[in-house]
Amino acid sequence: MKPVYTIANLRKKYQNKEVLNIDNMQLYQGEIFGLMGPSGAGKSTLLRLLDFLEEPTAGVIEFKGERFGNGREPELKQKRKITTVFQRSALLRTSLWNNVVYPLKLRGEEINGEKKEEIEKLLEQMGLTEFKDQRADKLSGGETQRAALARALVFEPEVLLLDEPTSNLDPTNIGIIEEMIKQYIKKENKMILVVTHNIFQARRLADRVGLLHQGQLVETGEKKSFFNSPEQELTAKFLSGELVH
Amino acid sequence: MGTIIEGVREAVYLITGLDPEILNIISVSLRVTGTALIFAILIGMPLGTFLGMVNFPGKKLFTALLYTGMGFPPVVIGLFVFIFFSASGPFGFLNWLFTPNAIIVAQTIIAFPLVAGFVMTAVMGIDRNLLRQMESLGASRLQLLWTTIKEARLGSVVAVVAGFGAIISEVGAVMLVGGNIRGRTRVLTTAIVLETRQGRFGLAIALGIILLTIAFILNIIMINLQEKEID
Ligand SMILES: Nc1ncnc2c1ncn2[C@@H]1O[C@H](COP(=O)(O)OP(=O)(O)OP(=O)(O)O)[C@@H](O)[C@H]1O
Ligand SMILES: [Mg+2]
Repeated sequence: MKPVYTIANLRKKYQNKEVLNIDNMQLYQGEIFGLMGPSGAGKSTLLRLLDFLEEPTAGVIEFKGERFGNGREPELKQKRKITTVFQRSALLRTSLWNNVVYPLKLRGEEINGEKKEEIEKLLEQMGLTEFKDQRADKLSGGETQRAALARALVFEPEVLLLDEPTSNLDPTNIGIIEEMIKQYIKKENKMILVVTHNIFQARRLADRVGLLHQGQLVETGEKKSFFNSPEQELTAKFLSGELVH
Repeated sequence: MGTIIEGVREAVYLITGLDPEILNIISVSLRVTGTALIFAILIGMPLGTFLGMVNFPGKKLFTALLYTGMGFPPVVIGLFVFIFFSASGPFGFLNWLFTPNAIIVAQTIIAFPLVAGFVMTAVMGIDRNLLRQMESLGASRLQLLWTTIKEARLGSVVAVVAGFGAIISEVGAVMLVGGNIRGRTRVLTTAIVLETRQGRFGLAIALGIILLTIAFILNIIMINLQEKEID
């Protein structure tokens, strides 16, 4: 398997408070990685670093064979291969359609007949067609999260980072979003990291799973072994619901 | 009471008759204030956007200065401009005093803190999370700036209208640095002062009506934009 990310001695501090401290971690092409961990463990922070939205305090993030950190940042072209769907979906104050095509516009892409059809098909798959012209701030929670995912998929990023993409959603919405994730990973050169609090969701989606606890990566493993025979006591505690912080 | 009725009647007559003197005053007013507004926008918008987006040491002090500028008595600004552009002042060599240029300078200084202040507030009101999301979707720095301006567009319109309203209706500074010279630096407000003093109420009232109409039209435009924004 080809690594997309290789992390070494990654640290992130906020006002001298260490929030993240990961010795090493690898993420591979073609996999869905499920990231779990209690609230405040540093999951969203790790995503911001992987998306190069913030710089690490120390350490190295190797992305597709290039080393970043210590003031080195990838160029825009590289960064544009990665995107995050945030925990709190943020849409622009314009129509759903304009939101979805926004990343294409950023890349100066023409939205001609063929592309337009493609986008319409995507919206159809996600049950968003009827809301196409609706203003984004008038959408329901589920519609908003589906729109945010559609906007991330539309430009086919190589790396998709999803921060609790289905929190607070009903089973129908969860079903649609999970289906899209499963379909997306089948395309060429993709990697998905999904943060979830839901053990069942991790079982349904992930190939490998990792537990983050107080900024440290406690354990990573194949889904089966992670859930059925975790190596660390902390993981076992987390899975049985005994780990609170 | 008689004077008022007579004044209004004369005003209507002057306006409907497209009195050349009135037309000249309106044209000077709009030209001067329009030019000043453009300069105020060119300075105030980038400044407000910058202050709304970027944190740097000394920002608090800078912001406090800006707020002071927003409420600065225009006549004092007029005084400073007068001193700077008077024959013995550092810019005396330009010979701008008592020309439209001096008014433009004064009005720009009065208006740009207002524009910057309103834009700053609008930009600060934009969700940080949203900007992060845009960056994650692939926005370059410049595109991020552009998106910010677009998201803050309502605030920016308010900023421009507030700036325009403040300087079109200002009288003290314009009088000081422009000198109220007929046909050159006589604007709506200074003309009203003069005509009232000389007892020519008809002309004064006519100019007052025009000033009010301009303000009214601006506010209608602004309300319409606001409504569009809310829908
Ligand atoms: N910009 C910041 N400044 C200071 N502290 C921060 C900042 N961002 C995050 N933190 C702190 O870092 C820690 C990790 O936050 P993070 O959002 O990464 O947690 P999380 O694992 O995503 O939690 P949740 O499951 O609740 O979303 C928290 O204690 C948080 O308060
Ligand atoms: Mg989080």
